[in-house]
Amino acid sequence: MYQIVAEIELAPNIKQFRINAPLIAKKCMPGQFIVLRTNEKGERIPLTVFEKDPGEGTITIIFQEVGKTTKELGRLRTGEAIQDVVGPLGTPSEIRNYGQVVAIAGGTAAAVAYPEIKALKLVGNKLITILGARSKDLLILEEEMRKYSDELYITTDDGSKGHHGFVTDVLKKLVADGKKIDMVLAIGPAIMMKVASEITRPFNIRTIVSVNPIMLDATGMCGVCRVRVNNEMKLGCVDGPEFDGHLVDFDQLMARQNMYTEKEKESLHAYEAKMKK
Amino acid sequence: MELNKIDTGISTKEMILNIVLYKEDPNYPTVYRYFRRQEMPKQPIVERIKNFNEVALGFEPDQAIMEASRCLQCQDPQCRRGCPVGINITSFCGYVREGNFDKAISVIRESNSLPAICGRVCPQESQCEAYCAMGQTGSPLAIGALERFLADYELKKGITMPSIAPITGKKVAVIGSGPAGLTVAGDLAKLGHIVSIFEALHTPGGVLAYGIPEFRLPKSIVAAEVDYVKRLGAKLETNMVIGKIFTIDELVEMGYQAIFLGTGAGSPYFLSISGENLNGVYSANEFLTRCNLMKSYLFPEYDTPLIVGKEVVVIGGGNVTMDSARTALRLGVEKVHVVYRRSEQEMPARREEVLNAKDEGILFNFLTYPLRLIGNSRGWVEKVECGMMELCEPDETGRRRPVPIPNHSFTIDAQTVIIAIGQGPNPLLSKVTKDLETDRDGRFIADEWGRTSKRGIWSGGDVATGWADATVINAMGTGKRAASSIHQFLTTGQW
Repeated sequence: MYQIVAEIELAPNIKQFRINAPLIAKKCMPGQFIVLRTNEKGERIPLTVFEKDPGEGTITIIFQEVGKTTKELGRLRTGEAIQDVVGPLGTPSEIRNYGQVVAIAGGTAAAVAYPEIKALKLVGNKLITILGARSKDLLILEEEMRKYSDELYITTDDGSKGHHGFVTDVLKKLVADGKKIDMVLAIGPAIMMKVASEITRPFNIRTIVSVNPIMLDATGMCGVCRVRVNNEMKLGCVDGPEFDGHLVDFDQLMARQNMYTEKEKESLHAYEAKMKK
Repeated sequence: MELNKIDTGISTKEMILNIVLYKEDPNYPTVYRYFRRQEMPKQPIVERIKNFNEVALGFEPDQAIMEASRCLQCQDPQCRRGCPVGINITSFCGYVREGNFDKAISVIRESNSLPAICGRVCPQESQCEAYCAMGQTGSPLAIGALERFLADYELKKGITMPSIAPITGKKVAVIGSGPAGLTVAGDLAKLGHIVSIFEALHTPGGVLAYGIPEFRLPKSIVAAEVDYVKRLGAKLETNMVIGKIFTIDELVEMGYQAIFLGTGAGSPYFLSISGENLNGVYSANEFLTRCNLMKSYLFPEYDTPLIVGKEVVVIGGGNVTMDSARTALRLGVEKVHVVYRRSEQEMPARREEVLNAKDEGILFNFLTYPLRLIGNSRGWVEKVECGMMELCEPDETGRRRPVPIPNHSFTIDAQTVIIAIGQGPNPLLSKVTKDLETDRDGRFIADEWGRTSKRGIWSGGDVATGWADATVINAMGTGKRAASSIHQFLTTGQW
């Protein structure tokens, strides 16, 4: 069992948990993730490690309550425990000095992008960060991002803060303005990563994305997370999660992400009905 | 109880009397000839295809005694030669015949830490039973069913723990808690070594937990056998992906003097045909893991979903194919087709499981292979386009090689396609352990004692080279030899 030692509500339905997991805290690198299972009957879900504290023996995760599993997870309180936490999984990000990096983070994926942005900054990159959310309420990690960014742009879909529109609008403008960009890191919903990759493709700017397919064991055993990259089958869990955005088949990724949408709704409804009782 | 009696004019009562007389006087003539081979009762077909309960129900004590009384007690028994772990079969059958089940199971336990599992999933028909002298003139002894009977008898009654050697203080790491790893751990713990088993998943058992379905191997049986290994003193740590959380070198630094790699063949092969990434297309590993490990057949009580359409196509011809097809059937689908490129004769699946599958209504398409998977506009699979094969001269496996017949294609409707064409070793560990030699397929190169190219590291089961069939018992056989080699290394320092 893995005990929750601290909890924060970052935004409505977005929670941050610090979890006791000393071995993972020692080993986890930017880009890597864990898989957790809330209880005996739970499913295995992947979540990126937002921060680690090897001294204290803890890792921090951030998640949005959208389906049954994340809602059930969100009901846990400090002192309670998560049944299973396994990690670190996935291949670590390639952290080196590229020069000037534009990092785009959309929605809760800011938590995925943050450790990498921080690591890229610490090895000497100049960081231009574009942080977006649906609205001001859902914008997370602004202060953390500011700390490791040379420039920070905020966007909201509803215009409640910063640029009214998408993170990719800002990227498009930076590219159009002829800003020197050595690498783009795009992390967020698949459609955002697809658009970002299309913006940079004509300019041949190295673009790294972090794919988020459905996973099960996340050790390369089941193949559910298979992604077509450069017309080859790759596994998101072990070969990824990061790939060259210009080579990823995003349409297939998005189709596969929706495989269980109906079942997920069914599961959530059954859970909500049970909770009402 | 209805006995499978040969019509000799002898009543059941007389036969039982015969056994009683034998028990009183061992010189009384053996009664084997009066009995047909006893078969385990099975759940009725119409019922079993609607549930995940075990299909075969096991012998009753009387039936076990009758079956064991068929054993000829050969002076030079061949059956034992067919057992990868060398169980003294004639000895345990002798005790069963006397009704001494406790002694009988203790004979099995001397060679096998997991009898309840082996009694269920070993391909006895090609191992011990294939060597049984009675097989030459009639039906061989039902050794597997007897082993299962004894193991279940013992589990019901509570396992008697064997004596454990004094602690040696030597530390052993076992990577993977499948059949190979559990065998190594059990054997070395009994010898007094300090054994830690590292399992990547949240539940131990490896393929016994994620792969083999409940209706063939109940998970409570796996849990009981794992518990036995733990009670022998082995420590089990789940959620530990070795290669990620610790490298092999780190385990050595942590003081493990011997390391056994039994990480299995967990990496699914795909077909590399068009449409393979459509929704509704599963690897058998994914399909079975969802069902067995995550219990998606109990969704939404259990959270992990699984979607199956009305018609399912399973591609392949091995035991995993049968397991996938029969699992799909139990999820309430209308039709399950197996598509296999050779003929029925060449199928690597156990005969018994093929017959079970046929009884349950699985449809077989032999000499058929998938050309492509056809999807709808929403990205879901709808049809499998198949080609036909004919058999030509034998290939390197000795089986006749299938060759496509040109211009012979047809389609099968399927909303779910399961690819069960085999699996290779998971490269996760070999990729980060550069100084361990592997073969072309990524298997660790190991000698007959499981020794790899690196001193202090052994490997066995499906992830290692050097043996033929990927069965549970063969994995256990390699584990057994590795355990004896590890013990020798730890006590003498000789590699």
